[in-house]
Amino acid sequence: MKVGVPKEVRRGERRVAATPETVARLIKLGFEVLVQHDAGLGASFRDADYEAQGATIAGAARQVWEEADLVLKVQPPEHNPDLDEHEADLLREGGKLVSFIFPAKNQELVQRLAKRKATVLAIDQVPRITRAQKMDALSSMANIAGYRAVIEAASFYGRFFTGQMTAAGKVPPAKVMVIGAGVAGLAAIGAARGLGAIVRAFDTRAEVREQVQSMGAEFLTVSLTEDGSGAGGYAKEMSKEFIAAEMALFAQQARDVDIIITTALVPGKPAPVLLTEDMVKSMRQGSVIVDMAAESGGNCSLTQPGQVIEQHGVTIIGYVDLPSRLAPTSSQLYGSNLTHLLADMGGAKSFHIDLEDEVVRGAIVLREGELLWPPPRKEAPKPIERKERAPSSPPPPPKKAEERGAPLAVVAVALGLLLLAGAFAPPAFVGHLTVFVLACFIGWQVVWNVTPALHTPLMSVTNAVSGIILVGGMLQISGPLESPVTILSAIAVLIATINIAGGFLVTQRMLKMFQR
Amino acid sequence: MTIPASLITISYLVAGVLFILSLGGLSAQVTARRGNGFGIVGMLLAVAITALGHVSSFGLLAAAIAVGAGIGALLASRVEMTAMPELVAVLHSFVGLAAVLVGIASYLGGAAPPSPTEVLLHEIEIFVGIFVGALTFTGSIVAFFKLRGTLRSKPLLLPGRHALNAGLLAACVVLALRFVDVPVEQGLPPLLIMTGIAGFIGVHIVMAIGGADMPVVVSMLNSYSGWAAAAAGFMLSNDLLIITGALVGSSGAILSYIMCKAMNRSFLSVIFGGFGADEGAKPAKATGQPEGEVTSISPPDTAGLLRTAKNVVVVPGYGMAVAHAQYALFEIAELLRKRGARVRFAIHPVAGRLPGHMNVLLAEAKVPYDIVLEMDEINEDFPETDVVLVIGANDIVNPGALDDTSSPIYGMPVLEVWKAKTTIVMKRSMASGYAGVENPLFFKESTRMLFGDAKKNVDAILTDLRSEGSSAAA
Repeated sequence: MKVGVPKEVRRGERRVAATPETVARLIKLGFEVLVQHDAGLGASFRDADYEAQGATIAGAARQVWEEADLVLKVQPPEHNPDLDEHEADLLREGGKLVSFIFPAKNQELVQRLAKRKATVLAIDQVPRITRAQKMDALSSMANIAGYRAVIEAASFYGRFFTGQMTAAGKVPPAKVMVIGAGVAGLAAIGAARGLGAIVRAFDTRAEVREQVQSMGAEFLTVSLTEDGSGAGGYAKEMSKEFIAAEMALFAQQARDVDIIITTALVPGKPAPVLLTEDMVKSMRQGSVIVDMAAESGGNCSLTQPGQVIEQHGVTIIGYVDLPSRLAPTSSQLYGSNLTHLLADMGGAKSFHIDLEDEVVRGAIVLREGELLWPPPRKEAPKPIERKERAPSSPPPPPKKAEERGAPLAVVAVALGLLLLAGAFAPPAFVGHLTVFVLACFIGWQVVWNVTPALHTPLMSVTNAVSGIILVGGMLQISGPLESPVTILSAIAVLIATINIAGGFLVTQRMLKMFQR
Repeated sequence: MTIPASLITISYLVAGVLFILSLGGLSAQVTARRGNGFGIVGMLLAVAITALGHVSSFGLLAAAIAVGAGIGALLASRVEMTAMPELVAVLHSFVGLAAVLVGIASYLGGAAPPSPTEVLLHEIEIFVGIFVGALTFTGSIVAFFKLRGTLRSKPLLLPGRHALNAGLLAACVVLALRFVDVPVEQGLPPLLIMTGIAGFIGVHIVMAIGGADMPVVVSMLNSYSGWAAAAAGFMLSNDLLIITGALVGSSGAILSYIMCKAMNRSFLSVIFGGFGADEGAKPAKATGQPEGEVTSISPPDTAGLLRTAKNVVVVPGYGMAVAHAQYALFEIAELLRKRGARVRFAIHPVAGRLPGHMNVLLAEAKVPYDIVLEMDEINEDFPETDVVLVIGANDIVNPGALDDTSSPIYGMPVLEVWKAKTTIVMKRSMASGYAGVENPLFFKESTRMLFGDAKKNVDAILTDLRSEGSSAAA
């Protein structure tokens, strides 16, 4: 089976669907590989590099499209200006294609491919399930885009990211706000933290808080609670109240931060506008906005997709080709995603389309011209397992061990006893009771703050402290020496002192060991 | 002595505040030592002011304190960190015993309060104080022997033990009624009988609790020792004792609660039943033997895996404490860190026999506390981890707790080590853990078993890693 890799025709597209490394893997899977002349040039791969791994170089695009049984591409097929012909028409009748397709947006293209009786797999439609992570090209591209967004921001930002104390004075660190903590957002957080900036991040999905914090950023919240987790790990649209609260937060942050990176997308809808012109105006001169949602209209109302503009002293970057700006890496990851998919489909020997396979069923758009997209809806499990650092699906609802009735009964009994004490007990006792109950509450509050790592020292120090019972012995020790009261008290003092000395000293010993 | 009563009260107040600050200091490692200092100052203040205000026989007091402090200091300096649970247990028993003695002394020597209501109240306070004290005393002694291994840690389950406990408790109530009824001179026999019964209850309760539940028991006894001190405070009308007792009592209660939550068990089921053996000795292993092959591995191969790993997590359990493997383990961690790997330690809340036990052992071996993480902090990192080293732990890494509804430990939060690329489990044999539950982890494809003595194996791995290091340098 022959795999063809044509040169991308989209202007400015530097990626390529296979690198010498992935070619080697394809050949191992039993495929023959045909690469168009100079296909990898934009990503710094030479023809010779491909040949060295066993690929054949084809001189012309037409040859690749005609000879290949299976074409691998990055961008959805489009008009090829050199040949003045649409790539879909170049695909041989009944040919196969794996590429980004975005079938929802590109209905016309899908029809065009259907006419060619083509079999088409859209890599962007691979379901986001654990098994398919290695084929999740959207995530691998988003990761790169997030990193690149920070690099772009840094190059337009006239100051350091990291704070420094130099001989010439102090330089404050840059403050970065990342809106949307998906794969791209997390990658951006990581890159910005790596450069030394102070990073804050916002996301409507509460579940990503830990991920954000684990990357070293502060998680911003609005006072309203509403979880924005939608199907497939994407955010859903939020209520009006929530959006108002969120906009207020952004307005307040815009005055404070130097760099804003937005990644907010709602699937199938234009990107929500989160940064208004007023907010841009309120930003400091020289600030930078990177709008990673530019292709879907932009999260900033001023964004010009594909361009860098300056408005009100703020640079607004609307690049739509961030992954392409890191072409060698993104080609490598994308090529790997494709290779994994082909390996999963049986390699060259037993290549087949198995509609029972969840991954293939999700990705397939056309089978020999027959429209199979969208796949029958199957609701993804809600806390989706997503990419490399997703939280694991929660354990099955743990059996609640405590009986619900018990606390109520306890409260009732306690209240009853208190009433009894109030009615009959002498005032002195009630005074002691007050002290006792208050001390219990203080203890309760204080001890919850003790870090679990120090639970053993906590026990030994409470041990020492409870040696205070020694006071009880001391109060009664002053009688005649031979009286039982004195003797008992003396013994009590003795053993209580063991506790005090032993407890405090061993605590001291332990605490000395804890070190960073 | 002419210390005004108000000055004594104020000093007690200050001491109480210092004790609160002392516990508060433990909220972070950096402030912990200062916290301990507050506790010591508070204690010195309390002792000094009581001595000046209430004591006339200083010689006896000084002798008792000197001997006690000497013994305490000796214990504290001699104890090995692995033996901390035993020390803590034995210290609890002292508080219990002291409470009993103070209670009896107070009964024998107490001045008669003015009104009948107050007499009644005073007697109830004494009775309750001695009951809690005796229970704490004997319970802690049994816990001590169980932790030392002198007594078997298997739960001892007498037939009809709930009924037995209830009966004993009822007997105590009857004795209490008799105790408050008779004139003061005849009160001693019922009081002493009750002390004996309470002591028996303490033994019986702790005997019935299995080894894996020991952290709960120790925290519970910690709590009891606090309540005993508080009860003594009531009978002596001493607010400082009440405050301190309440602090310690609630501290122990919280620890018990945390431990129970970490095992997804209710407090009552821990106190009243052995693990997985609610009704007599039902063999927990009978159901669902995991299928599959166990793959074993040698120390040099383990070293090889560690050498290539970038992300390593070590999961210690009680077995590490028993084998004293923490020092060698830390050296391995240091070697790997020098090679650029990320090494972290993951601590399950109930690992070991005492809350925070593993943290103390690792701290002893100089493992920096910022690479020692709690279960919640590290659980989601396992999928990115290359090698997990499980050493002497079993139930806390049992995947059955998450997906096997028939498992006795189903629902208990566990460290999800099986999500890592490779999991190496060091164990003496295939025996099951304290819960008596089979562990499907051992049969997973990504799991390798390293059988044998943990200390020897860890040393072997260390030697292997070192030799490679030096040959590379040469």
